Amino acid sequence: MDALKQELKENIIEQLNLEDMTTEDIANDDMLFGDGLGLDSIDALELIVMLDKSYGIKLTDPKEGRSIFESINTMAAYITEHRSK
Amino acid sequence: MSKGVAITGMGIISAIGNNVAENYQSLIQGKKGISRVSKIKTNHVNDIMVGEIDFTNEHLEQQLGLASDNNYSRTALLGAIAAKEAMNTSGITDINAYKTGLISATSVGGMDMTERYYYDYLENPSVQKYIEGHHAGDATQKIAEQLGIEKSLVTTISTACSSAANAIMLGARLIKSGQLDRVVVGGADCLSKFTINGFKTLMILSDTYNTPFDENRKGLNLGEAAAYLVLESDKVVQAENKKVLAYVKGYGNANDAYHQTASSENGDGATLAMQKALNVAAYKPEAIDYINAHGTATGNNDLSEGRAIIRIFGETVPDFSSTKAYTGHTLAAAGAIEAVYSVLALQNNVIYPNLNFKTQMKEFSITPQLQLKEKPLQNIMSNSFGFGGNCSTVIFSKEQ
Amino acid sequence: MKKVYINSIASISAQKTFDNTSFLKEIEDFEANVINVINPNYKDYIPPAAARRMAKGIKMGVVASKMAIKEAGLETIDAIITGTGMGCVRDSEKFVSAIIDNDEQYLTPTSFIQSTHNTVGGQIALELQCKGYNFTYVHASNSFESALLDAKLQLALNEEKNILIGGVDELGDHTTAIHKIINHIKTEPVKVTQVLQANTKGAVFGEGANFFVLSNEKKNTSYAEVVALKTYNSLPEKDVLQEAVHFLKENNLSTNDVDLLVLGNNGDVDFDTFYHTLSKGFQDTQIAYYKHVSGEFNTASSFGFWLASKILKTQTIPEVVKGNNKTTTSIKTILLYNQYRGENHSFTLLKQC
Repeated sequence: MDALKQELKENIIEQLNLEDMTTEDIANDDMLFGDGLGLDSIDALELIVMLDKSYGIKLTDPKEGRSIFESINTMAAYITEHRSK
Repeated sequence: MSKGVAITGMGIISAIGNNVAENYQSLIQGKKGISRVSKIKTNHVNDIMVGEIDFTNEHLEQQLGLASDNNYSRTALLGAIAAKEAMNTSGITDINAYKTGLISATSVGGMDMTERYYYDYLENPSVQKYIEGHHAGDATQKIAEQLGIEKSLVTTISTACSSAANAIMLGARLIKSGQLDRVVVGGADCLSKFTINGFKTLMILSDTYNTPFDENRKGLNLGEAAAYLVLESDKVVQAENKKVLAYVKGYGNANDAYHQTASSENGDGATLAMQKALNVAAYKPEAIDYINAHGTATGNNDLSEGRAIIRIFGETVPDFSSTKAYTGHTLAAAGAIEAVYSVLALQNNVIYPNLNFKTQMKEFSITPQLQLKEKPLQNIMSNSFGFGGNCSTVIFSKEQ
Repeated sequence: MKKVYINSIASISAQKTFDNTSFLKEIEDFEANVINVINPNYKDYIPPAAARRMAKGIKMGVVASKMAIKEAGLETIDAIITGTGMGCVRDSEKFVSAIIDNDEQYLTPTSFIQSTHNTVGGQIALELQCKGYNFTYVHASNSFESALLDAKLQLALNEEKNILIGGVDELGDHTTAIHKIINHIKTEPVKVTQVLQANTKGAVFGEGANFFVLSNEKKNTSYAEVVALKTYNSLPEKDVLQEAVHFLKENNLSTNDVDLLVLGNNGDVDFDTFYHTLSKGFQDTQIAYYKHVSGEFNTASSFGFWLASKILKTQTIPEVVKGNNKTTTSIKTILLYNQYRGENHSFTLLKQC
């Protein structure tokens, strides 16, 4: 699980172009959207593609992403349960 | 300040008809042009529906009498067909008898050929003719040539899905200020894999018929179309004893300055655009008899636009409907398509039904017009909003 | 009708023009057939959260806009009018190639969003929180001129007070590669100082962002007055001089009144003839060229507009742009002429103010 969380942080930084950030800057329970990392709806769409490409999880409704992408913890938990690759 | 600019001709090609008359018949018969995509090979064929024009490129080339070595994109082909109809219905025989310009709108431009030959360009000389057809201005240059417009003001506007409304606005301003005597204004966009996949990544494409202003709307259907209006100065109208179809009475442009793609929750930009258009027309909101809404059937647009309409019109919102259920969202052409529909509505005193509507939206109580309605119409407002916060409104009127 | 003034200028180009305190003194003499801009430190102007999704064209546009607004001493602006021939072409390339390479799978929205032509204008509005009029013109070598025409009309009619206009285009690898194949880009690298005498087909392609605040209120610091502008979708070479004379006449001027002619020569042997033909009517007039230092792109003429503005204010003509041996004691009136591959011509008339 910890390895997955580390991997998620690295992927998020790369995928979302968070140039000035390192994995240490993101705590497992930091809010990714809103007041936390400040991600927005376009980032959510990017993360949906990441779920599909890296973990074989397909979301059809962007609204589903809201609870999944709350934090690194929630993402890791969801991926562990639903991944197909 | 509030004097309208005369519209003396119009032309259109869309998924519901190849000319003005056919489009009108479909509108009043409630006949939509939405189907599975047939002319573009895409993996998403079963996930989306589109508003496609029947003619193939070869058909269109024949109609225009183009040589086989032409390098017209589908956008240019559609644009040329619609612009020629506009010119003919305006009864123009010598285009250069008056200072005539062309303002065209597009977002796709020659992308259909670029995506088809992207890597082939590097190796296959026979397709390299399309390289210079990629940029957005190329289709406009070709339309100008088809119309015989020379040594004149010709330009292209690309403000995403509000583009053609802006072309109409600029055209009206150039006539009013005397810079041109006559101007052909409108827009063209063909379907492309580029836009299909682009809107797909935004997850705003419906897998079934789009349902504007419905609580359970699932997103938009892309469409392809072109439409143009001929605007003429009072001087030309008098000298040529022209029949005026309607007037461009008001227009407003604003930016939502909220998000790269989404509209603000309360439709700030849309509200400003409608308000500015009313100001230019010197109308109070009560003067508007019908709103041809942008109504793309995305969750975000219809909520934001509905709220903006309520902000402008308060308790007494005029009849409104979106015609996107007929044509799909024709992107940069939409403002011109809906301008033609607005003029037809004024001429025939009808309001088109908002097709596919079933369930009232929860967030407000306004409901679009659901049946064809006959009613004397004086003034129609048409909205067009786009990515990048671009919001535009045009008002069409019977009286100058 | 009110007069229209250029109240500030900002340029990001292949030369170090983002520093407005100097004026093309040191020239980067690239030996290339494609030249990129010298980047300012974008981070000084754009917060990292906003910058992370911005294409280069957006960054150039946003930063040049902020520079122009700052120099004009304004906090905000009434309207934003952008010209771009190709938009953010790198993202268009990225998205098309991803569609093909990945067979329409795993596509992400960012490059699609950036590829919309109005993305620069939209991002400037977002950064400045400007809810006013916002247009984007995309008409090849008349993209910037269309923006200028629109702004001038609104300011002359006093509909707005201060309008930001600009031209912006970026280079993309695939676009460059295919334009080399069809000889629109020169096949061999050429030095900046030799481009205009190259006598070969095609141009040296470049990129850049040139933004300006236009106003109907003159300030002590204003650069110039925009007197008139005319664009043409087509113009046969034989008519160019006659049209120029006619254009000047409409503004109560003759060819003798022009102190400096700023021409858009790009060293393409097939199309520079338009400029040669025009010059014949201006035998005694000083001439300046600029595309050898900026490169050719759809909105390169906005760099010419920048050059002419700065010449009028500083009354100096940088050595590198001088096109002949004529000299002028005072530069009051400048005529600009541009076209690309024989299409989309424009005349622009600027005056000292």
